[in-house]
Parts: sequence; C-alpha cells; structure tokens
Amino acid sequence: MGESVLPGETPVDQSAANHLTDPVFLEDLRRQMLKFAVLQLDNEAQAEDAVQEALVGALKNVASFERKAALKTWVFAILKHKITDLLRYRQRWVDVEKQSDLADDEALPSVFDTRGFWHQEDRPNRWAQPVEAIDDAHFWRVFEACLENLPPAQGRVFMMREFIELDSDEICQSVDISVSNLHVLLHRARLRLRRCLEEHWFCEEVSP
Amino acid sequence: MMNCEQATRLMSDGCERDLSLRERASIKIHTLMCDGCSNFNAQIHDISQIARRYAKERDGQEDQANTGPKGDGTPD
Repeated sequence: MGESVLPGETPVDQSAANHLTDPVFLEDLRRQMLKFAVLQLDNEAQAEDAVQEALVGALKNVASFERKAALKTWVFAILKHKITDLLRYRQRWVDVEKQSDLADDEALPSVFDTRGFWHQEDRPNRWAQPVEAIDDAHFWRVFEACLENLPPAQGRVFMMREFIELDSDEICQSVDISVSNLHVLLHRARLRLRRCLEEHWFCEEVSP
Repeated sequence: MMNCEQATRLMSDGCERDLSLRERASIKIHTLMCDGCSNFNAQIHDISQIARRYAKERDGQEDQANTGPKGDGTPD
C-alpha cells in the first residue's frame, strides 16, 4: 500500500503524500478511525476492514489534498460511507445478546429526584460561549472522553445520529430497535453527555 | 404539569421528530418556570453542532494557521 504514495511532482502532491507516509500521523489517524469504526460497527474485524479500505481509497487520491485537515476530513468521510453501507446492508448486525443490552441499557443517570425534577446539583447551568469551545484543542479531548464514557449502546446510536447523520428510521433498521427505544437511548445519551461536558469543561474552564 | 424528566425527553425527541403543537406548548410553559430545562434545551442543540463539527473537522484547530482556499474535493 505504501507504493501507491508517490511523493509528489508538485508541492501539493508532496505535502499530502508526506502526511500519509509519516508513520506517526498515519498511525494516529488509523487509531482514531478504528475507534470510530469499532463503536459504529461493534465488530473489530469489520471495523479493521472498513478502515483499511478507507485508507487505501485515500492513498489513491492523495494528490488532491494539500492540507492535512482536508485529507483527514476526507478519509473520515470515506470511512463514514463505508460504515453506512455496511450498516444498511447488514440488517441485523446486533446479535441477540447485544439487543437486550440495547433494549434497556443503563438506567437514567440519577439526575432527577423521585418526582422527576432535577436534583439541585445536577440542574443544567448556562454554558458560556459553547460554540467557541470547538476552537480549543483541549475541549476535543474532553469531548472524546465524555463520548467514551457513554454506555456502549448509547454511544453507538448517538454517533450514528449525530456523526453519521442517519435518521431515526435508518438507525432503528440497522440496530433493530423500536423508534421509542431509540429515543430513550438518545435522551439518556444527551443527559449524560451534557452533564459530563458541564462538569469537565463548561463550568471549570470558563475562568479568565 | 410535566416534570423535568418528561420535559427533557420531549426536548430530545424534538431533535428526532416534529413535535405537536401541544407538546411544544408544554415545553414552552415548563421552560418559563425552569431554568435547568431551558439550559438543557439549548445545550442539546449545542452538543449536536459540536458533534457534527467533531465528525467533520476534528483537527480544524491544527489547520487554522494555514487555512487554504476551499474546494479541495472533499465530499459532503
């Protein structure tokens, strides 16, 4: 696979090719892709294959990318398409055992009291400049950690919904759950993510 | 009246389907009295934006110094 990277005749070629022949960058990229694919597919072997195919696809077109970010974005876009295809064709990719796990997952985090109102300490606070956080590299590490902390079924459907942008019907078909199950999982995922981000970013880091 | 658990569930559902007039009204009434849920409602949309951005350009930051012109053939 290395042979298809010909360090370029043009400066444009060269920069992109350099990124993909840089073992550190490549390994880091591969690791991130694999993490993403495993979460989505819940199958290590298929995830490895999807990542491999996406990388090979990227290598073929390496000349069109002058910026590392563009290259990476594009590799992830290919990966997303591969995963989407796999999920669409594989109607029942979650085995029976996993389905029961999906069906009731973990109970709601105990953010609500017995009457269903927020516990004082869990009541959401106003976030200062939430959108500006995305320009901070450290924020992404917090975000990743919070994602990884989600129970697997919640993390999976959340990523299908918000990363791959499948709609409810597509997700339900892929993982074979009902719409209301899906909505329960997404509600829980959002409650957890929100709390995690507030605890680890939006409250503590907002100081001057 | 709805409690916060029900209100946040409806808000989350609102990201997935069109809510009925009645559902929207009950959210509105609840958030008028509940800052926590009002913040939750804003945050789930922030999170959605953040997640999509994360999936699309997770290394936009390191690229900012040498942002080039668009049109690099990136799909989507």
